[in-house]
Amino acid sequence: MNWEVVMGLETHVELSTASKIFCSCATAFGAAPNRQCCPVCMGLPGALPVLNEKVVEYGVKVGLALGCSITPVSRFDRKNYFYPDLPKGYQISQLYAPLCRHGRMEVEGVSIGIHEIHMEEDAGKLFHDPASGETLCDFNRCGVPLLEIVTQPDFRTAEQVVAYLKGLRETLQYLGVSDGKMEEGSLRCDVNLSVRPVGCDTLGTRTEMKNLGSFQAITRAIGYESQRQIALLERGERVVQETRRFDEERGETVSMRSKEEARDYRYFPEPDLPPVALSQKYIQLIRDNLPELGEEKRQRYAAQYHLPEYDCQMVTSHPALARFFEELVGLGVPPKQGANWIMGEVLGALSARGLGPQELPISAPTLARLIELVGEGKLNRNTAVKVFHAVFDTDWDVDAYVAAHGLEQVQDVALVEGAVAQVLESNPQSVADYRGGKEKAFGFLVGQTMGKLQGKADPQTVRRVLLEQLAQE
Amino acid sequence: MKLTHLTALELGRAIAAGDVTIPQATQAALEEMARRDKSLHSCITILAEQAMERAETLQQGLKPGRSPLYGVPLLLKDNLCTQGVRTTCGSKMLEHYVPPYHATVVERVESAGGVCLGKGNLDEFAMGSTTETSYFGSTRNPWDESRVPGGSSGGCAAAVAAGLVWYALGSDTGGSIRQPAGYCGLTGIKPTYGTVSRYGLVAYASSFDQVGPLCRDAADCAAVLDVIQGRDCRDSTTVDGGYGGLLASLAGDLRGLRVGVPVECFGEGLHPQVANRVKEVARVLEHRGATVVELSIGELNWVIPAYYVLASAEASSNLARYDGVKYGFRAKEYHNLTQMYENTRSQGFGKETKARILLGTFVLSAGYYEAYYQKALAVKHRVAKAMERAFETCDVLLTPVTPTTAPKLGESLANPMEMYLSDLYTVPANLAGLPALSMPCGVDGQGLPVGAQLVGPRFGEGVLLNAAYAYQQETDYHTYVPRGGEG
Repeated sequence: MNWEVVMGLETHVELSTASKIFCSCATAFGAAPNRQCCPVCMGLPGALPVLNEKVVEYGVKVGLALGCSITPVSRFDRKNYFYPDLPKGYQISQLYAPLCRHGRMEVEGVSIGIHEIHMEEDAGKLFHDPASGETLCDFNRCGVPLLEIVTQPDFRTAEQVVAYLKGLRETLQYLGVSDGKMEEGSLRCDVNLSVRPVGCDTLGTRTEMKNLGSFQAITRAIGYESQRQIALLERGERVVQETRRFDEERGETVSMRSKEEARDYRYFPEPDLPPVALSQKYIQLIRDNLPELGEEKRQRYAAQYHLPEYDCQMVTSHPALARFFEELVGLGVPPKQGANWIMGEVLGALSARGLGPQELPISAPTLARLIELVGEGKLNRNTAVKVFHAVFDTDWDVDAYVAAHGLEQVQDVALVEGAVAQVLESNPQSVADYRGGKEKAFGFLVGQTMGKLQGKADPQTVRRVLLEQLAQE
Repeated sequence: MKLTHLTALELGRAIAAGDVTIPQATQAALEEMARRDKSLHSCITILAEQAMERAETLQQGLKPGRSPLYGVPLLLKDNLCTQGVRTTCGSKMLEHYVPPYHATVVERVESAGGVCLGKGNLDEFAMGSTTETSYFGSTRNPWDESRVPGGSSGGCAAAVAAGLVWYALGSDTGGSIRQPAGYCGLTGIKPTYGTVSRYGLVAYASSFDQVGPLCRDAADCAAVLDVIQGRDCRDSTTVDGGYGGLLASLAGDLRGLRVGVPVECFGEGLHPQVANRVKEVARVLEHRGATVVELSIGELNWVIPAYYVLASAEASSNLARYDGVKYGFRAKEYHNLTQMYENTRSQGFGKETKARILLGTFVLSAGYYEAYYQKALAVKHRVAKAMERAFETCDVLLTPVTPTTAPKLGESLANPMEMYLSDLYTVPANLAGLPALSMPCGVDGQGLPVGAQLVGPRFGEGVLLNAAYAYQQETDYHTYVPRGGEG
């Protein structure tokens, strides 16, 4: 029998607001345990939540970018359960009237329905200390704002899931509402998966997979879980509705709790927070100020700058790169040259240092000047690359650097001719080899000449003069 | 007259005039506490040294133009958070819990020159009508120590009635200020929901909880409410009630005031002596120029079940944080997390609290939410609408506070259903979020105070206090003092 895999996603996005959703504590990642807490996010007796308006704004931005309708009066609800990382014994979330509904996102030619987007608070973190057998609580993450984005069961392949998540991450980054870092947990995804015979209209029994920390883990988990369900059904057994955890080391999903053990969250309206009423004017203002998103930029770059599709894709892969590219072009750099430098040197230097595009140390005016010097023939391309790497971390003044290190290209052809003559004289064997048909010898002679000129000559000129003199003798 | 039986405003004037110093007043109150509170047991914590120190400091800062309550000692119900002073909520769970911050109302009375003498006893987490569910033992009614002071603000009511302190801040979720005020012969007011900050009030049922004063008369209530009311950026359910300056606007002119008397509040179960005293209030108000109209609000018959469903639901969630993980009591013995939760909560909470947590958990559970919680919510909205309609034909409602005067210790807990039903007159104001005031209107055959309740429309605090002020100009019931306090 042929099987079809059906999946829906629940994605938690950590918003990059400066403060938490219901108090003024900082949200920065990596602080010492329990240093970013107050009576409100610690759930001390008598403390009350106050909604951070920035969270609503970010939520509406995401909703509009995903084509959702915005709920005019949305409400908060309490989700009740006991766990040591949840200091109030309930999570403030939205069930009955979420902020956004009915959105859509196009992924690899498939339209993925967005069921809803709601706001909620994150829980703390627990550390199990194997040495003492004790569990320690860090409440810094308590109250960090989250958006939960719930899709319809519209995915059929792992590739679609990954493409959706990459697209979502890009949108979040372009909107400036989240850094979307999976490794730091600011983008977390649960996959609901069921299988059914191809052509069947009804959904099979689903399982929910948690603990999927990377695109690779998601792909592997989907592969494993769909095969597991198919094998069960082909043996005539049933799929049990349950929550399963992906074990990265074993590459398997493991049962966490069954439907019978599922928690009854006893949702009810949060009495400490008034409803969130949004005027049409407020929503329109946010709509009018939405930034240009990745897909729009790609189309514009292709049309306006005639960049190849691959270049458009690379340059827009992060909003910081796109911003950098646009700045270069604004400074007069030919678009294709700007794209080449970004795809080659900039991305290479970032990855060598383990930096993200938003952490790019070199500024656009510095790189623009470097490109300009090459265009003016004052630096050869190889030297320019060396200068680029030298000033990348410090964003030093390029002209000053070139002058200080005497890197300006040799413009005087007589100097090149002299150097070539000397090289030919002191390397008779190589000259003989070249004439004997060994092409490699020519490269050696170019290298020797460049070396004599401390690499400051234009390689094209060196080649031309070498060919001329070799032909003469 | 004894210093400790002045009203708060009278003491404030005496302090401002230099007739009494703040340390003298504080000392007098502390001596009265030392003499009487062993038997009354109105306080869980007494802050003798701290209060005397503060009294000295305030005395040095005394100058003209201060708040009318400057230097006047008070008691705080022990569910109001006090920075550095334990806040127990009458529970073993929080027996040693010391908050790191002040409740907003505590900040406000302190900045008005209040001297906090201690923390008043209460039913555990404010759940009860007698103060008998307190882990720290029952408070006794100063009018008859074999009787309860009411609850849950029973410690505060007993202390003010007995002359241990000039006023107190309590909280009212279903009558917890008005009912003990009624049993102890005090004037108390539950403000319009949202006009006094709940920040730092340990939550019982967040939709209904409101902080308010227990005082010796209406003018004192007005003065205290002037201090504590108003928006608070830390409580997003607060609103600007626009009723500041209550004390200054007390005139006692009731001409044109329409007093509504709902027939539902004078039916079965109401003790005849209570009914007579409350009806007498209507005649006094008429004498001062008001007109009395009878009306019917049928929805009042549904309020008790709806209230207990909603309040318990919220309580079950509000009290989930007491799990032994972060602060408060933790059971000594357990072998895993679930056991730690179970043992901590089984041993840390008292019987009444556990009953309400169970009830609340039940009504929110899958399959029962629609049947109970949502229906109760619908009743709440119906009652609010019905009350709103009632205020189209009258300006205030007059009802009893309770069906009887104060019961004996042990009587109520033996029959909890009856205890719940006795909240019939006070609960509607909480369900509808309206202001309601309790004031003494005489005594019954046994010499126990009888309370009358006035309920007003949203932000109608001024109307209520003015009516009570006029009534207290005509009568002297509010000046009655229990015998033990005279000595």
